[in-house]
Amino acid sequence: MNKEKVGVYVCHCGTNIAGVVDVEDVATWAGEQDNVEIARDYKFMCSSLGQDLIEDDIKEKGLTRVVVAACSPHMHEKTFRGACERAGLNPFLFEMANIREHNSWATNDKVAATQKAKALVNAAVERVVFQVPLEKLPIEINPNTLIVGGGISGITAALELADAGNHVYLVEREPSIGGHMAQLDKTFPTLDCSACILTPKMVDAGQHPNITLLSYSEIEEVDGYLGNFTITVRKKARCVIEEDCTGCGICEEKCPIKVVDDVFEAGLGYRKVIYRPFPQAVPKYPVIDKENCTYFLRGKCKACQIFCPTEAIDFEQEDEILKFQVGNIILTTGFDLFDARRIPQYGYGRLANVFTSLEFERMVNAAGPTGGNIFMRDGVTEPQSVAIIHCVGSRDKNYNEYCSKVCCMYSLKFAHLVHERLPGADVYNFYIDMRTPGKGYEEFYHRLLEEGTHFIRGRAAEVTDAARLPGEEGKLIVQAEDTLIGKQRRIPVDMVLLSAGIEARGDSKEISQLFRMGCDFDGFFTERHPKLDPVATMTEGIYIAGACQGPKDIPDSVAQAAAAAARVAGLITQGTVMMEPVRASINEEACSGCRICNTMCPYNAIVFHEDRNVSEVITALCQGCGTCVAACPSGIITGAHFTNDQIVSEIEGILWDVRSEPELVPGD
Amino acid sequence: MNEQFEPVIVGFLCNWCSYRAADLAGTARIKYAPNMRTIRVMCSGRVDPQFVIKALREGADGVMIAGCHPGECHYVEGNIKTLRRFLLLKKMLKQLGVEDERIQLVWASASEGTILADAVDRMTEQVRELGPLNWQNTVLGGGNGQGQPAPIENSPVAEEV
Amino acid sequence: MKYGYYPGCSLERNAIAYHQSAMAVAGPMGIEFDELDDWNCCGATEYISIDLLPAYALISRNLALAAQQELEGNGNQLVAPCSACFLNLKKADHYMAESPELSENVNSALAAGNLHYEPGTVSVRHLLDIVVDDVGFNAIAEKVTNPLYNLRIAPYYGCMIVRPGNMKSFDDQEYPTSLDELMSTLGAEVVDFPLKAHCCGGHMTQISESVALELIRRLLKNASDYDADMIVTVCPMCQLNLDAYQDAVNKKFGTNYNIPILYFTQMIGLAFGISPDDLGFGKEIVDAGPALAKIGAEPSPKAKEKRPSKEALPMPSMGEDG
Repeated sequence: MNKEKVGVYVCHCGTNIAGVVDVEDVATWAGEQDNVEIARDYKFMCSSLGQDLIEDDIKEKGLTRVVVAACSPHMHEKTFRGACERAGLNPFLFEMANIREHNSWATNDKVAATQKAKALVNAAVERVVFQVPLEKLPIEINPNTLIVGGGISGITAALELADAGNHVYLVEREPSIGGHMAQLDKTFPTLDCSACILTPKMVDAGQHPNITLLSYSEIEEVDGYLGNFTITVRKKARCVIEEDCTGCGICEEKCPIKVVDDVFEAGLGYRKVIYRPFPQAVPKYPVIDKENCTYFLRGKCKACQIFCPTEAIDFEQEDEILKFQVGNIILTTGFDLFDARRIPQYGYGRLANVFTSLEFERMVNAAGPTGGNIFMRDGVTEPQSVAIIHCVGSRDKNYNEYCSKVCCMYSLKFAHLVHERLPGADVYNFYIDMRTPGKGYEEFYHRLLEEGTHFIRGRAAEVTDAARLPGEEGKLIVQAEDTLIGKQRRIPVDMVLLSAGIEARGDSKEISQLFRMGCDFDGFFTERHPKLDPVATMTEGIYIAGACQGPKDIPDSVAQAAAAAARVAGLITQGTVMMEPVRASINEEACSGCRICNTMCPYNAIVFHEDRNVSEVITALCQGCGTCVAACPSGIITGAHFTNDQIVSEIEGILWDVRSEPELVPGD
Repeated sequence: MNEQFEPVIVGFLCNWCSYRAADLAGTARIKYAPNMRTIRVMCSGRVDPQFVIKALREGADGVMIAGCHPGECHYVEGNIKTLRRFLLLKKMLKQLGVEDERIQLVWASASEGTILADAVDRMTEQVRELGPLNWQNTVLGGGNGQGQPAPIENSPVAEEV
Repeated sequence: MKYGYYPGCSLERNAIAYHQSAMAVAGPMGIEFDELDDWNCCGATEYISIDLLPAYALISRNLALAAQQELEGNGNQLVAPCSACFLNLKKADHYMAESPELSENVNSALAAGNLHYEPGTVSVRHLLDIVVDDVGFNAIAEKVTNPLYNLRIAPYYGCMIVRPGNMKSFDDQEYPTSLDELMSTLGAEVVDFPLKAHCCGGHMTQISESVALELIRRLLKNASDYDADMIVTVCPMCQLNLDAYQDAVNKKFGTNYNIPILYFTQMIGLAFGISPDDLGFGKEIVDAGPALAKIGAEPSPKAKEKRPSKEALPMPSMGEDG
């Protein structure tokens, strides 16, 4: 009994499919099935000629359903749906059979592949008959944007959006924005002063009328969906009244307690208990470190409050909870440095004169703990020889297999700075490969070669103080195989720098769960497509940019942040976005009010109406997973485009060659 | 039988992870057993246990449900619900004489093409060793609950007819 | 706690002090050793370098005997105090499990003696492992009656105890700390010298003495540079090399090291108040007397932590990882 007119198109895809599957046979066979009006095979269905075939058949033969047996729907479902739409057929009356990725590419057995192709085509044909026209839903996009993380990526994205006239909430967990870039001294390859290029942007972000800066704040809750997120932020108590604080800094001066600054100074310097992370901090308000504050520990002191000229210190200040709506979210949470203590052979933490890259950045920074002078751990002696070890924690099966992208360049930068500030000092770079792909990077490497740096191609095996040969007493010895000359070498030096790699933030898994998006096994956030869509995520409305997506340098971070901002700006401009109609809906008349579905929904998209004793799906919140559909004991929830009828007929179709005769058991 | 028995396995793959994993396996030209025929669902949580029974009833020798790793479900926790249903379903089917290995739950993320391919190969061999399911006899025909088809002569249904 | 006990050849002869002290401290620590009946030499490091199959068969005979004798208590565990024996037994079990072919060949050899070994049956452990993990530092601390105050001990692991890298080990493979912590529990001042897991030369003393002497020299020099009063070992080979060849090192390099080399069980015994005679003291070549005389009744006042100078940069914290 033919109730629909299905057009079946079997693609050769050149020889990708036709080389394994007998496409003509499949097409002919398909043409003989119920409901199939016409079945064709063609070389490249995705080409405009291929699409024309579909469109012409729809118009001329009055096709009511279309099936294309070709590649994965992830490749061309959109393409063919477009063709149907252009010919006047609702795009959801189309189905694809994946006979390439799931079939011809995965086996050499031509007979089995052809048989399987028939099964997949048949499944699609049986299914498509039960498909119904669906319309996309319009969703309003709230023009506000949330940006999480105030490093260079977050600041860039915020400024791009704000300059375009859109309102942005920039949330940063530290007391000041700036991120890791604020810690750096010079940036490669131009050797620009990092603070000089960053601080104008920081000031812009802090003062921009379209940017609401929420520093020293954490995201507590994220609810909603694309275009309509409700964000809950905890603004932690600084114990400073921002309206009254002039940023004069007297409180910091008078505070009697110094502690090691583990964050901004990377453990190499000190800060007061009431402090600004660095002089150019934005915003300028200081913060009281409650864990070390005499007042909070023992109820004494209060020096800051006593000396504050505007009475801006408030020890009773409480955290503030803020709630607001945004349409889109950009995550720019940055990275953590690999913990060099995990490699005991390098002696970090045990041997005094072994430093990590961030420690050294602070050392060479003119505003850092040594005023920009390179000293050994005793703070006074200048080293005469420095070893720089590349790939610490990176390109290493024992720690992180990936390459951290920036370390070769910053190692060269360090080499240069040592040459500059300690003329005559010997610098040894222990590398595996020299990765200098960016603009001006290779030229920078050559410059270092000319400055007389010793390059030893070999991963350093050990840094030790156990002297063995003459000249090693009192020094740190780096042992490595110099693979270019094929010999083991022991180089005695005064100071060792570990070029530690980039890792995802320690809490990136928690963050990704908070925002309901994914991160990979290394902790970096997962982009929608590694090649073609590095800023979007699998979750609509959430974008990522910068080092949180993967190790990268500043130019790439800025580019990615601008791309994410542009994507969001596009959505804001559109104002309304058409959402996929693959959602659930409840047949209220048949609902018995058991409420099993209510707790199943991860998006809290199902509400229960006490008065009528029925549940209802809030369409806009529903993401279309279908869990409630499967759970409903009455079977009265319809999962649009994945209904029970459709899937059951797909099962029947797919088993065309093994289905037995009608069963002996009656009552089907 | 001189021809090797080729099991037919129906696979329910979730759109975001396991379906993409299967795509990746194909793109990477990984060759694996062609015995698994895929049905796409948005989430493994959509898989109603009735689908599994339907597939077995219609002649499938095994069913594979594949989803995202726990903690990574695109829809937060759909795969956890799948797990719960799957465990209960297997228990029930076992009592009907359907062996454990015929229903399998596989976690494969979008980048794990090899893992999915390996799982298909493994399952194909396991089901091949078990032989055809023959639902009519095993489950309906009064099988002895150990995956053994009932001798046709003693089938109560056959007798009735 | 009962364990199967595999002394190995050296504990019967040059490492008799190790055996004596191990037996002496076992009781107080609540350990019962059940010596493997009719055990044979494990082949040390020589046999394996000559011919693998007979070597593994030789080692596995012990595993088969252990399995057969159903060594009671603690799930069929076999404890070896000697690092080389320990490693041999552990490797044989591991590789037989990994390679069915090896397992088959070894078992066909064992069959000649009516023996058979199923890999994975016996759990092979080092004596240090059961002391720090099964007995535990707290239990040991309770039994310490004569803390080893003022004694600067350099704990020396030797290279075998945490190898090989592809197998799970009871301590960190690059930077083990279990022996350090044990000595500290006994009240001693622990000297964390960087070469604590470096090779002592092993049997190179027989094959190429100059190479071995250089390796031994490095260890003695390093311990000495760090002002150690003695070196404490876990392996008879290491003890022999560092002790018996110390004189040869001094002659060859013109040094005058005088560092006693002792077994960790001897130090545990001392701290437990057991008489040195019962612990094999006196058998060592470099006399331990002068070093032991340093043990004081009270811990030396902690050298006032030198106030870091105003200019000094803070060291990274070595607290919790992360």
